[in-house]
Amino acid sequence: MSETFMIEGYELVCGLEVHVELATATKLFSASANRFGDEPNVHIDPVTLGLPGALPVLNRRAVELAMRIGLALNCTVQPCTFHRKNYFYPDMPKAYQISQYDQPLNIDGWLELPGGKRIGVERAHLEEDTGKSTHIGGSGGRIHGSDHSLIDFNRAGVPLVEIVGRPDITSPDEARQYVTELRQILVAIGASDAKMEEGSMRCDANVSVRKPGDPLGTRCEIKNVNSVRSLGRAIEYEARRQIALIESGEKIRQETRHWDENDGRTHTLRSKEDADDYRYFLEPDLVPLAPEKSWIDEVRASLPMLPRERRQRLSAATGAAADGEAVMVVVERGQDDYVLAVGEAGADVARALVHVKEAYAEQGSEPTVPAADLARLISMETSGALTATQAKTVLAEIVEAGGGDATAIAAAKGFEAMDTSELEAMVDDVIASNADAWAKYCGGEDKAMGALVGAIMKSSKGKADGKAVTALLQAKRGS
Amino acid sequence: MSLTETSAFEIAAEVRAGRLRAVDVLDAHLANVAARESEIHAFNTVTADEARRSAEAVDAAVAAGRDPGPLAGVPIALKDNMCTRGVPTTCSSKILDGWKPPYDATVVELVANAGAVVVGKTNLDEFAMGSSTENSAFGPTFNPHDVTRVAGGSSGGSAAAVAARFASISLGSDTGGSIRQPAALCGVVGVKPTYGTVSRRGLVAFASSLDQIGPFSHDVRDSALLLEVISGHDPLDSTSIPQPSLQLLSELDRGVKGLRIGRITDLPGGSEPEVDERLSEAFDALAAAGATIVDVELPSMKFGLTAYYLVAPAEASSNLARYDGVRYGMRVEASDTNAMYMATRAAGFGDEVKRRIMLGTYALSAGYYDAYYGKALKVRRLISDDFARAYEKADVLVTPTSPIVAFPVGSKVDDPLSMYLCDVFTIPTNLAGHPAMSVPFGTGAHGLPVGVQVLAPTLGEAVMFRVAAELERGAR
Repeated sequence: MSETFMIEGYELVCGLEVHVELATATKLFSASANRFGDEPNVHIDPVTLGLPGALPVLNRRAVELAMRIGLALNCTVQPCTFHRKNYFYPDMPKAYQISQYDQPLNIDGWLELPGGKRIGVERAHLEEDTGKSTHIGGSGGRIHGSDHSLIDFNRAGVPLVEIVGRPDITSPDEARQYVTELRQILVAIGASDAKMEEGSMRCDANVSVRKPGDPLGTRCEIKNVNSVRSLGRAIEYEARRQIALIESGEKIRQETRHWDENDGRTHTLRSKEDADDYRYFLEPDLVPLAPEKSWIDEVRASLPMLPRERRQRLSAATGAAADGEAVMVVVERGQDDYVLAVGEAGADVARALVHVKEAYAEQGSEPTVPAADLARLISMETSGALTATQAKTVLAEIVEAGGGDATAIAAAKGFEAMDTSELEAMVDDVIASNADAWAKYCGGEDKAMGALVGAIMKSSKGKADGKAVTALLQAKRGS
Repeated sequence: MSLTETSAFEIAAEVRAGRLRAVDVLDAHLANVAARESEIHAFNTVTADEARRSAEAVDAAVAAGRDPGPLAGVPIALKDNMCTRGVPTTCSSKILDGWKPPYDATVVELVANAGAVVVGKTNLDEFAMGSSTENSAFGPTFNPHDVTRVAGGSSGGSAAAVAARFASISLGSDTGGSIRQPAALCGVVGVKPTYGTVSRRGLVAFASSLDQIGPFSHDVRDSALLLEVISGHDPLDSTSIPQPSLQLLSELDRGVKGLRIGRITDLPGGSEPEVDERLSEAFDALAAAGATIVDVELPSMKFGLTAYYLVAPAEASSNLARYDGVRYGMRVEASDTNAMYMATRAAGFGDEVKRRIMLGTYALSAGYYDAYYGKALKVRRLISDDFARAYEKADVLVTPTSPIVAFPVGSKVDDPLSMYLCDVFTIPTNLAGHPAMSVPFGTGAHGLPVGVQVLAPTLGEAVMFRVAAELERGAR
């Protein structure tokens, strides 16, 4: 974790810009529905289409969700303004995007990776989404060279928050962790469904490389990264491309590059010289926004426990590592409350963690088995009434049925509990008929125990609990 | 008195009382349109059929015992940059060719709900950019007092429609003087209210931080009546001031005794001598009515024009970028999207609009922002500060509205700077967001109307109307 990630003697420097669509009912500046997947151009109105005379009215809920994001990312919420970012594009109805420029809503926060490293968040600001263009004909789905283009304005004016991370990321894996953790936070606070595949979360990466101790290198911005997996690949590809250029004596040109999922490469989209002059100026159709302290406090108080805290809580309860697989997975799925409830119902909570992780592999699936039912099963297992194998079989059945009495199921399967006296008699029989092995075991040869345990398991037809058998043998040897 | 010379206030009172039919009032005005519109060209569209239906509805309401509202049966003309559902809204530009808005501007809803009868959409300088209505893609509007001369602008059509008695009252928009200057040149009352008192929703934007809708009328009382109807908070305009509509009619007879009237000692020069004479007579009239005349300085006023021609074009360059041929209005087909944008905008916009888009784009460009747009914003603040100091000494300020009377058509079209100078007295008000109004006050050269301007601080409409009413009495 603390080791520096290096490629061919170079360090990687990466900052991520993440756009998330907010889960509001309506658009950022109009009353049209904010909904994905409907027939094209049904969620439109004069404001969305940028008709002459139309005026924006800020959506209070969008501001609230943006504040939730800022506060969850440890930002300062501050008085802010809106600017116009001017550029021509067919899916940009007003030919300017209303965004936040030098006075964003949220500034100076951080996101903590599961391992504890903090990645700075420079700002998280509100802006409106564009429409969606589909270019027909030509090559590569680009507007250039296409026969015609179709525009769907359903997405135009959908509220976005752009989260600008500081260049604190030093490996592709950290980039993946950052986005994964951010996604979990966004979902947990109800700000967005944050689905990269559907475009409700979009990630651009600024990548540069340098020799340790050198000043920052020239960066390139990578766009069109559509999954967490691609993000790591794209960053690593881009770092290697830049290193190869430097090593061959060439200079890096500051440019925007397009990640191509199919060939696994980045390609030049536009260079810095071609960049638009956005002619930012204060949006005269809106007034400054200064959320009062009471509102900020209210939003802060309404935030749920965040994933990091929930992992720490589960870790403390179970003894499993906070950044270990079981805790990470179960919290990501949102099953940690359930694990703790099983523990409260009297079961070994560490065992509950393992079972929940294994039995509910589907992400986000809500466990349907009553906590008490699972707790009973785990108690039977830890008391030795069921072997681990038997417990697994019973669990599968309970999960399938959405609950059930473990005792009854075990009995029906003939997994009836072997009581201690029955087991002891069986152990005595095996000792008697394996005097040789017993003598070796008593003489200190621990590996002789294997033969004894095997014989006992065989004569019990697998019903004996391994742990209980071992304990009995040790007790009889007197050590 | 003929129906077209009856005031809006009286028309509404008579119609509401059932003593006058809205359709008769309409017919009288449409008869004037038929007689003189061909030489005036006040309208881009005359909505005679819709107007008749509205007037009939008003009469039916009265007959059924319902009150149609404070503008019952009053014929009104709307500047053709206010959205009217299903009726072409052109901004006197080819680029909006064929476009019919799917919605009514808030002010259009308000006047309709008050019982007014919309007779048509009036001509303007393209996108309200100009001071003579000669920049219209559909040709100029001519001054009803002398049809060889301009009506002023940009709301020249709305001013001329009232002056020619095509409509009893009208609405214009004022970004740098576009209501007050044509009101002065056409000899009618024109009001630019405090920024934020009248909703801009549905007003096609020229410069959003300066644009404000306001009334034209023959007398001060009718403007007060119309402004009462159209003012008030609109939650759909974020810059609308959250306060109830203005109460003005009750102010008109209060007189000016005890009021302090500011005379700006460092007013930019260059006015016609007759204009200066009328101004001096206006001060005399106010003093005679019991007001005190006080001298104030407004040193930054002379920078107003320069600041305005950076701020307004900057906002315009952004506001007019949406006319790209993609979604509505004119489209000139071309080989690709960029070529289509360029061909469409080259064919769709007139010279003055292109000039201002270029000015504004340049003023906002990287590397020039601080020197131009940024500095203009600072001047804007300076002007507000100067006004604030002046209003410590005076309740209102009085100036000429325009330095000159109506000029011959074509005399200034090739000299944009001299055209821009027409607005030297009106522009500072817009930069400060204050109210101001022009009141007819005698005549100047060639016997043409002269307007005197009353300026007031933010939300000072009540005192402004008191003074305007006194000037009106003094002018008689």
